[in-house]
Amino acid sequence: MTPKTKLSCRNVWKLYGPKAESLLRQNPNPSADDIRKAGVIGAVRSANIDIAEGEIFIIMGLSGSGKSTLVRCLSRLIEPTAGEVLFDDADLLSTSEKELIEIRRHKMGMVFQHFALLPHLTVLQNVMFPLTIQATPKPEAKAKARDVVELVGLKGREDNYPRELSGGQQQRVGIARSLVTEPDLWFLDEPFSALDPLIRREMQDEFLRLQERLHKTIVFITHDFEEAVRLADRIAIMKDGEIIQIATPEELVMHPATDYVAEFTRHIPRSKVLTVGGVMTPGVKGEGEPIPQSTRVSDVAERIIAADAPIPVSDGNGQIVGGIDRKAVAHVLFGAGDAA
Amino acid sequence: MIRLNRSRIVILTLVVVTILLGWFGRDLGKTLDARWLTKFPSAWVIPFKSYISSAMTWLIEDAALGPVSFTDVTRAIAWLIEQPYNLVLTLLADGFVRGQGNEAQVILPAISWIVVIAAVIALGQYCRDWALAALVGACFIYLAVFGQWDSAMVTLASVLIAVPIGAGGGLMTGIIAYRHPTFERIISPILDLMQTIPIFAYLVPILFMFGFGPISALVATMIYATPPMVRITTLALKAVDPEILDFGRMAGTTQRQLMWRVLVPSASHSLMVGVNQVIMLTLNMVIIASMIGAGGLGFDVLAALRRLDIGAGFEAGIAIVVLAIAIDRLSQSFAERMGQVHHEIPGTWITRHRRTVLVLVLLVLTWVLGQFSPLLLEYPENQTITTGAFWDDTVKYLNVNYFDTFEAIKVFFLTWFMIPIKTVLLGIPWPWAIAMLTLLGWHAGGWRLALLCGGMASLILVSGLWSKAMVTVYLCGASVILATLIGVPLGVLAALNKRAGAVINLLIDTLQTLPSFVYLIPVVMLFRVGDFTALIAIVLYALAPAVRYAAHGVRSVSGELIEAGLVSGCTPTQLLRHIRLPMALPEILLGINQTIMLALSMLVITALVGTRDLGQEVYIALTKADTGRGLVAGLSIAFIAIIADRLINAGARQARIRFGLEN
Ligand SMILES: Nc1ncnc2c1ncn2[C@@H]1O[C@H](COP(=O)(O)OP(=O)(O)O)[C@@H](O)[C@H]1O
Ligand SMILES: [Mg+2]
Repeated sequence: MTPKTKLSCRNVWKLYGPKAESLLRQNPNPSADDIRKAGVIGAVRSANIDIAEGEIFIIMGLSGSGKSTLVRCLSRLIEPTAGEVLFDDADLLSTSEKELIEIRRHKMGMVFQHFALLPHLTVLQNVMFPLTIQATPKPEAKAKARDVVELVGLKGREDNYPRELSGGQQQRVGIARSLVTEPDLWFLDEPFSALDPLIRREMQDEFLRLQERLHKTIVFITHDFEEAVRLADRIAIMKDGEIIQIATPEELVMHPATDYVAEFTRHIPRSKVLTVGGVMTPGVKGEGEPIPQSTRVSDVAERIIAADAPIPVSDGNGQIVGGIDRKAVAHVLFGAGDAA
Repeated sequence: MIRLNRSRIVILTLVVVTILLGWFGRDLGKTLDARWLTKFPSAWVIPFKSYISSAMTWLIEDAALGPVSFTDVTRAIAWLIEQPYNLVLTLLADGFVRGQGNEAQVILPAISWIVVIAAVIALGQYCRDWALAALVGACFIYLAVFGQWDSAMVTLASVLIAVPIGAGGGLMTGIIAYRHPTFERIISPILDLMQTIPIFAYLVPILFMFGFGPISALVATMIYATPPMVRITTLALKAVDPEILDFGRMAGTTQRQLMWRVLVPSASHSLMVGVNQVIMLTLNMVIIASMIGAGGLGFDVLAALRRLDIGAGFEAGIAIVVLAIAIDRLSQSFAERMGQVHHEIPGTWITRHRRTVLVLVLLVLTWVLGQFSPLLLEYPENQTITTGAFWDDTVKYLNVNYFDTFEAIKVFFLTWFMIPIKTVLLGIPWPWAIAMLTLLGWHAGGWRLALLCGGMASLILVSGLWSKAMVTVYLCGASVILATLIGVPLGVLAALNKRAGAVINLLIDTLQTLPSFVYLIPVVMLFRVGDFTALIAIVLYALAPAVRYAAHGVRSVSGELIEAGLVSGCTPTQLLRHIRLPMALPEILLGINQTIMLALSMLVITALVGTRDLGQEVYIALTKADTGRGLVAGLSIAFIAIIADRLINAGARQARIRFGLEN
C-alpha cells in the first residue's frame, strides 16, 4: 500500500519583477532565457512535488536556488505566480484567509533558519505563543508547552529569555514552538544552518529521534548535501529555481540525473549513503545475525569485512532477501565508482 | 594647483559677475531707470496671503460636513485633550478646588513635592540603578530649591499629556503607513514639509482654530513632535526580521494579532527611540508653545525675555534644561530596560511592586498629615534660593567693564562681514538670482532640481517676500559660514585628538540640550538687539552638526587609505590635506546641510531680537493671528530650506561618486 499524498504542488511558478504575470500569461512555460529577457527573476520555475504522509522530504540546493521561495509557496506565505498547491487533497491557493488561518493554527508548523523567536517572551511564553493566539485556556496551553519543552530537552530553561540561550538551545525552542499545536505538516527552512558543525550533528540526531516518535510529514530545507543524505527519505535538488532531480539519497548517488547532481554526490562517502539492501546480492543466503536492508553500509562495514562468509540481509518484516559479502562492501568503500 | 579648465572658468566668471551685480545692483537699477530689478513691484505680487486668510475664515465660519461644522470638530478635539490635561494639571499643580476666587475651598491639594521627588527617584531606580535615581532626584530637588517648582509642574503636566498622545498618534499613523503603501506615499512628503516648515508658521492657524490657551499649545506641540514618531514606526516595523513576520503568519495570527503581538513587540526597542524623540521635541517646544498660551517654565522664559530680565529668564531656562535632562535620561533608560532581560520576582503583588506601594503610601501620608504641616505639601517659599541677582550682576559687571570690547567686536563683524553680504544679496537683481539658482540646480542635479529651485524661488518672489527672503538668506548664510569656519576645524580636531575630542563633545552636548531661547538671553544682554546678536545666537545653536559630522567624516576615513598615505611618506599635514579632508568632504557637506536647517529654524526665534527677515514676518503674523501672512512667510522659509537641502545633498552625492563611495 503506498502511503497517502499529504502535500503536492503542480507546475508552481514564482517570478519576481513588474512583468512577471504578463510573461506567464503570454507563455505558460517560459524558458530561462525568456525569463531573463523579460527582466524577471525566476525564483521558482515549474515545480512539481508530491510529498507522502510521514515522509521526510528534503529540498536541497545552493543559496539563492529558490528553496525558501518554494517552501513559502507551499505554505502560501507567498502567493505563487502560477500553479496549484494541494494540501490534504484540497486546493490551498483558493482557501479563504480565514480557513488559511485555521489550517496554519492546527495543521502546519514551521522552523526558521534564524529561529525567529520573539525577544520579549520567555522560552515558555514563546512556545505557548501559537496556543495563546488561538485563545487556548492558559493552564492547558501551559501544560502542553511544558511537555514539548521537555520533549526537546529544555526542561529547566522555561523562564529564560531567548537571548540567554545558545544557538542550539534557541533552535530547540523554535522546534518546540512549531510542535506545540501538534501539526501534521512540518516545514523546516534550513533549521540547522546557523549552528556550529558539532551542534548541528547533535541536532540532526535529535531531529531523527523526534521524528521516530512523532511521524510528521516533513519538508526540510538545507544547502548541505551531507545533512540531506543523513536525514532524507527523498531529496529534491534545486538549481536556479528549477527542480533538477527528485530521488532517494541512494538513487542520487547511483544515478545522478545531471553532472550538477553528480558534483554534489562526489564528495559524499558512498558508504554513508548506500544501504545494505542496495548493494547486497539477492538470493544469496549468508550466515549469522541478519542485517536490516535499510542499514547504511558504513554502519556495518566492519562486521561484514571481518566475516568470512556473506551475512544475510532482511527486509522490514524480518524476511531474508539476500546476502552481503566483503567484496560488495570493499567496492562501496574503495571502488572507483564515478569518483574520477 | 587650480586647474583652469573651461567649466571652472565659466563658474568662476559667473560667481564674480553675481557678486559685482549684487554690489552695484541698486545703482544699476537707478541708472537704467529699472528699480524693479532689485525691488519686485508690489503691483505684480500675487496676494497668496489674503487667499489663505479667506480660506481660513471660511473654514472657521462656514465649513461644514452636513450638520457637523468644522468648528464642532475643533471643539471636540479640544475637549478630548482638555479632559486628561485638566486632570493631570490638577494633580500636579492646582489641586482639587471647589468654588471660585476667595471662596475657593481646597478639597484635595496637589501632589506634594515630596511625593513627586520620591516617585521619580523610584522610577530612576526601576529603570536603571541608584545612580540614575540620584540624578533625576537631584534634578527635581533643584527645581524645588530654586523656586521653579510650580512652573515646572505645569510644564511637566503638558509633557505628560503631549507625549502619550503624540507617541500614540504617531504609532498609529506609522502602522497605517506600514500597512498601506499608498498612504505612506501620500504622507511621506507631508512629513518632510512639516519638518522643514518652521513651527511658528503653523502656530498661527492653530491659534486661529483653537484660540489662545494651553490646548492650542498642546496641539502645536503634538504636531511638531509627532512626525519623527511616524517615520520611526514605519521604519521599525519594516526592519522587523522577515522570518519573524513569516513565523507570525505561520502561527495563524489574525492581522491584528500579527501587528500587536508580533511586530510591535519585536520592534519595541526602535519604537522607544521614537518615543524619546517625541519627548525631546516636546521639551524643545516648551518655550515656543508659551507664545500661544502654554504656561509654566516656557512662559517664564518668554516673559523674562520680553522684559529683558536676564536673571529670571536664565533661571527658568536652566530649569527647562534640568527638567529635560531628567526626563530624557529616564526615558532612555526605560528604553534600554525594555531591551534587557528581567525575571519576575516571585511573591505577592505588594512584594513585586514595592516602589509603587511606597510612593502611594507616601502620597496618602502627605495628604493626611499635610493638613497640619504645609511643608509636607509645598516647598517653603522662604527656603528657595534665587540666582537671578547673580546673573544680573555678572552681566552688569561685563557690560560696565568690557563695553568697548563688545562694541568693537560687534562693529568689526558688522562692517567687514555682515553688511557686505547683506548688500550683495539685496542688490542682486532677482531675474539674475533666479536664473543662477536654476542653473545651479541643473548643474548639481539635472532638470528636476533646476525646476524645483527655479520654481520655489519664483514662488517666494511673487508672494512679495523677495527682500525679506534675501535678508533671511543673508542672516542664515552668514551664520552658517561662521558656524562652518568654527565647527569644521573643531570637528577635525575632535577626530584627531582624543582629549580635545572629549572636551569638544561635552561642549556640543551642552549646547544641544539648551533650549534655543536660552542662547538669546545672555547674547542680548551683551550685544543688545540687532543682527549681530541674532548671528551669535544662531551660530551657537547651529554649530553642533558641523562639528559632529566633520568629526565623524574624518574618523571614518578607511584605515587602509591612511596607511597607504603613510607608506607613501605623507606628513601628518599632508595626510589631513590630501586624504582625510577630501574623503570626509561628503560628510562635512551633510553636516553643513544640517547646520543650515537648524539655522533656519532658529531664525524665527531671533525675530524676537529685532531682525527684519521672514522670521520677523512670521512672528508679526503670530502676534496678529494673521494666518495667511504667517503661512506664506513660513512656507517661504521652508522653500529656502528645501532648496538648500536638495542642492547640498546633490553636491554631496556628486562628491561621493567622485570618490567611488557610491555609484
Ligand atoms: N521578494 C523578492 N524579490 C525579488 N527577488 C527575490 C525575492 N525573494 C527572493 N528573490 C530571489 O529569488 C531567488 C531565490 O531566493 P530564495 O528562495 O531565498 O533562495 P534560497 O532559500 O534557496 O537561498 C534569489 O535569487 C532571490 O534573490
Ligand atoms: Mg533560504
